[in-house]
Amino acid sequence: MANRIEISLKEGVRDARGERIKREIEHFLHLNVEGVRTLDVYTVDAPLSSTELEQAASGPFSDPVIQNWTIDRPAAAGFDFIVEVGFRPGVTDNVGRTAREAVSYLTGRPFAEGENVYYAVQYLLKGTLTVADVEKIATGLLCNTLIQRYSILSAAKFTATGGFPAYVPKVQVEVKIEVKEINLEVSDEELMRISKDGVLALTLDEMKIIQAQYRDPEVLAARQKFGLGAQPTDVELECLAQTWSEHCKHKIFAGTVHYEDEKGNKQEIKSLFKSFIQRTTKDVRERMGDKDFCLSVFKDNAGVIRFNDTHSLVFKVETHNSPSALDPYGGALTGIVGVNRDPFGTGIGSKLIFNTDVFCFADPFYVKPLPSRLLHPRRIYEGVVEGVEHGGNKSGIPTVNGSLVFDDRFAGKPLVFCGTAGLMPAVVNGKPAHEKSIKPGDLIVMTGGRIGKDGIHGATFSSEELNENSPVTAVQIGDPITQKRMFDFLIRARDKGLYRFITDNGAGGLSSSIGEMAGECGGCRMDLARAPLKYPGLNPWEILISEAQERMSLAVPPEQIDEFLAMAVRFGVEATVLGEFTDNGVFHMFYGERTVALLPMEFMHEGLPPMQLPAKWTPPQHHEPVLEEKEDYTGDLKQLLAALNICSKESVVRRYDHEVQGGSVVKPFTGVANDGPSDAAVVRPILDSFEGVVTAHGICPRYSDIDTYHMTANAVDEALRNYVAVGGSLDLVAGLDNFCWCDPVLSEKTPDGAYKMAQLVRSNQALYDVCMAYNLPLISGKDSMKNDFYDGTTKISIPPTLLFSVIGKIDDARKAVTMDVKRPGDIVYLLGCTANELGASEYYTMKGFIGSNVPLVDPGTAYARYQAYNRAVVNGLVASCHDLSDGGLAVAVAESAFAGGFGIAIDLSRVPWKGAAEGWTDMALLFSESASRLLVTVRPEHADAFDAAMGDDGCAPIGVVTEQPLLSIEAIEGNTIVKAGLAELKEAWQRTLREL
Amino acid sequence: MTQTRAIVITGNGTNCEMEAAHACRLGGFDEVVIAHIAEILSGEIRLDDFHFLNLTGGFLDGDDLGSAKAQANRLKNATVAGSSEKLVDQFTRFIAAGKLILGVCNGFQLMVKMGMLPGFDGAYLNQTVTLTHNDCGRFQDRWTYLQVDSQSPCIFTTGIDRGIYLPVRHGEGKFLCDSEATLARIENGHLAVFRYSDAGYSESTMEFPANPNGSTNAIAALCDPTGRLMGLMPHPEAFVHYTQHPRWTREHLPEEGDGLILYKNAALYARQNLI
Repeated sequence: MANRIEISLKEGVRDARGERIKREIEHFLHLNVEGVRTLDVYTVDAPLSSTELEQAASGPFSDPVIQNWTIDRPAAAGFDFIVEVGFRPGVTDNVGRTAREAVSYLTGRPFAEGENVYYAVQYLLKGTLTVADVEKIATGLLCNTLIQRYSILSAAKFTATGGFPAYVPKVQVEVKIEVKEINLEVSDEELMRISKDGVLALTLDEMKIIQAQYRDPEVLAARQKFGLGAQPTDVELECLAQTWSEHCKHKIFAGTVHYEDEKGNKQEIKSLFKSFIQRTTKDVRERMGDKDFCLSVFKDNAGVIRFNDTHSLVFKVETHNSPSALDPYGGALTGIVGVNRDPFGTGIGSKLIFNTDVFCFADPFYVKPLPSRLLHPRRIYEGVVEGVEHGGNKSGIPTVNGSLVFDDRFAGKPLVFCGTAGLMPAVVNGKPAHEKSIKPGDLIVMTGGRIGKDGIHGATFSSEELNENSPVTAVQIGDPITQKRMFDFLIRARDKGLYRFITDNGAGGLSSSIGEMAGECGGCRMDLARAPLKYPGLNPWEILISEAQERMSLAVPPEQIDEFLAMAVRFGVEATVLGEFTDNGVFHMFYGERTVALLPMEFMHEGLPPMQLPAKWTPPQHHEPVLEEKEDYTGDLKQLLAALNICSKESVVRRYDHEVQGGSVVKPFTGVANDGPSDAAVVRPILDSFEGVVTAHGICPRYSDIDTYHMTANAVDEALRNYVAVGGSLDLVAGLDNFCWCDPVLSEKTPDGAYKMAQLVRSNQALYDVCMAYNLPLISGKDSMKNDFYDGTTKISIPPTLLFSVIGKIDDARKAVTMDVKRPGDIVYLLGCTANELGASEYYTMKGFIGSNVPLVDPGTAYARYQAYNRAVVNGLVASCHDLSDGGLAVAVAESAFAGGFGIAIDLSRVPWKGAAEGWTDMALLFSESASRLLVTVRPEHADAFDAAMGDDGCAPIGVVTEQPLLSIEAIEGNTIVKAGLAELKEAWQRTLREL
Repeated sequence: MTQTRAIVITGNGTNCEMEAAHACRLGGFDEVVIAHIAEILSGEIRLDDFHFLNLTGGFLDGDDLGSAKAQANRLKNATVAGSSEKLVDQFTRFIAAGKLILGVCNGFQLMVKMGMLPGFDGAYLNQTVTLTHNDCGRFQDRWTYLQVDSQSPCIFTTGIDRGIYLPVRHGEGKFLCDSEATLARIENGHLAVFRYSDAGYSESTMEFPANPNGSTNAIAALCDPTGRLMGLMPHPEAFVHYTQHPRWTREHLPEEGDGLILYKNAALYARQNLI
């Protein structure tokens, strides 16, 4: 019989959690509640004496200063309705896990198998509410029914029944382990049914390749030796489905594209990845010659570049979109702690030095109806922001850079990009730290969390569109503390040389990590029955593909295993030997004595022929609108500053620890009141050195409505422009590409697949062209190709989106530049020409148009400008610098002015212009988003030197910083077209998301 | 033992050990050791061998049972391997030996939840105050002005003129007492070392965001009556060099950050009194 311990706040203690829920009920659901109080509930399912229960309740579970406790007696009182929310069976319950550990310390006894502590929260609602209202509050706000359960009682019912009974969400499964064989000698329809029903995401062609493999007499003979029949086991089929999933195999980027451009020219592209991404890096590296700083690209979990003689930098950016659509909190939390494992599992392991986050959402104030399976964008926003907050903050990794991007098509799938950088010694134990190897005979070791049914089919489900039947099990909740403990242990084990190889368990679980590791040495032998489980009853195939979090896979030499395991015990980390690596060419899985999978390595990794993908580019036709010129643009500017894509994101950013580890140099917010938006981040990862790491990113999905070539060119330019603005060096900077596309494979469901595929081709072409011009090697990246929602009637596809991230170096962080104007009298320069390029701009979007004149990047001149500007920074000539992006010049001057607390007066007639004279209007000068421009302020005494440094490439003084806190913009004709106090501009910019 | 020795405890979710160790070194300690709690529980490292104990920021056990609760429970109940000694005995012996403890953020939360602060009448395991959820209901990373109580017995703040400027980074920093009497004793004994204040350090404030959490009497830091044990929510180790200041690109600042003085005072005290 389980016991309930309830913890309530003492009379008069403010309940900040309850107050927040109350605000959210009113804000989101438009219901009035008088008050919300909350209670914590611990359900202890273990034989504890009454003294021990009291010790737990009064000790670790409650705070004597502010809380009361009760045991098996309801503490709730003074409410009209009460809602209890706890986890469903098998869902990661971090608080429950910590509570269990605390009880163990207290009693001195470990918990027995099956005993546990479970956590729940009670919400006490006061007010005139109906049962339906409370139901709405429970399902719409308090509880995500995919992972949580709830119960509701009215005050009367609560009194009558004596409160909630103890509820134990224990996983109840029949302990009948079985391995099924699947008959593939069936019709094509039946093959597809097997794939669809099993969430295998295998196509008919792929199913037939597997069918053919099992007809091969040689294969059959080999199978017979181990007691296997002619049909694949479920372990084998599931393993192949993971390995061959779009998520793991990147079939679209590896496929053969038949591309036809707008003029009818045809081209066959064998692998976009090899033809564009890998080639970019290869060509840039060749050109750099002995200045090449790339150490490990594309082959590991993250890219590695040189930082200095003693250290290397590691960087990876991932997406976690599909899980975040279903469970925003858990999906995003898993996203951030998941990407942490990439740099940690790169080379021989690195220390994590910062995170970056970019989220793409629909309007949080969205009011139109949504398909039933989709969560409201506001809820996704809240959940994702909180998930990344907990994941990042608790892991002790500063979140230094990020963005929020809004477009209503992201209602179909939000994009959650999480990045993590690491720092590793160049050499560990005499060997380059970015390299690793496995020898046959090395032991397969798994460390960290245990395996449950969580995250089963994550890889395959994210390889399909989101639909009504997307599986619940694909969702996981991360546990940053279990992971942190593991990292604390592993980084010490690394320095002692206790393992030879490390990689992360992500998508596809062990099937993927061990499958890839086995590829290093040519085979493996592993016993799935040895894997530690969260609860009994998992079938071998589930153990193999579970994506349960916080696990790393390692190769440990047999002579080191004792020391490795003993150290793991000391650090409280579970480590288990599952088998050994071989060189016999076979991926050999056992369950106890029995062989449950026997897959030739070659078939697993090379068995899949490339996809054939049609692509046809037909440029979309959008008319360039004709907007009437205005006498005064102050109102338009204020409206733009308040636009979701431009407004201040401070309410989110302040929730992220951006300073932990102590190396913060350029923070997300800067300026006289610490609230101006920085362009990029600078951190010092080595505290007794002034060498800094600089990171920045670019993302502009709106431009995809006109041409993905220019979307991509602008994203790359924006990233480098932001990087350069703060002082990043062009001699050591690398890029990462994250493609998030809507399904580009022509099919019944996607009749416009050839167009979307062509968009992908054009994006890749731009990536190559611009990175070559910018000397930017690509070191890592990721693609997520199925960002659509389709429920049979409604289809929502995201705009094709490239997130381009850069990482590089500033030799002396004390030379870094921030975006806030520094003093009155400084001269305001604009670097780079403006053109009539309002297509897909924030300004046109605000006016309801797309337009056609998308900004065109001229990377040759831009690169020369960035080099010249960098020399000026190194020589100390720059007082402030802000990049021009969303909203153009008008927004940039406003931001720089109110960040610095001094006014700016500029004259539009002095702005360098390129292109046709008829486009030369005040509107274009103010709001055009022409690429590669920087707004710089310079002290008058440095003006000559700055002029000389910049040369005459579209660099012009356009105004001056003023004492008076006023933004004043003179039109071409000399009249004033913008005039506003800084306070009112800042207020417009800050108001939109302040309360979220 | 002629060297001044500082120890920084890490593990189970502690995050600020690197920068805390760096601050100790800059502050003048001869030797600084980052010790994983596992190494202390295994008996490899003993607190007795050090003069200055740093309990730093982080999320001990994820703050799952309330900030630092699970670690307070662990320290009180866990035994050191190969002995019958409880870990907490090493702490009480450390305090009794007149040595120094600085708890920052999560470390401060740990100190109050273990009962080490305010530590009236030498009772160092009796909780009378707490740190709980910020009034705004959210984690906050922002810089705060901290007015010093110049009459405080605190040995860490000697020489601070009016106040210092440091970042807070917490979700549970609201200071509360179990009774008016406790609060009065804290105030009368000048144990509230720092208060959130205006930029001129002239007035303490209850206004968000200058006071980021709604602490009683704007209290940001606390020391025990001996002045050798101190806890604070803001992060002194996060401001030891001017480039860490949020406005260093626009203000003329000295090379050293405001937080370093706490470590310098600790090192000086250790050198003068503990070796």
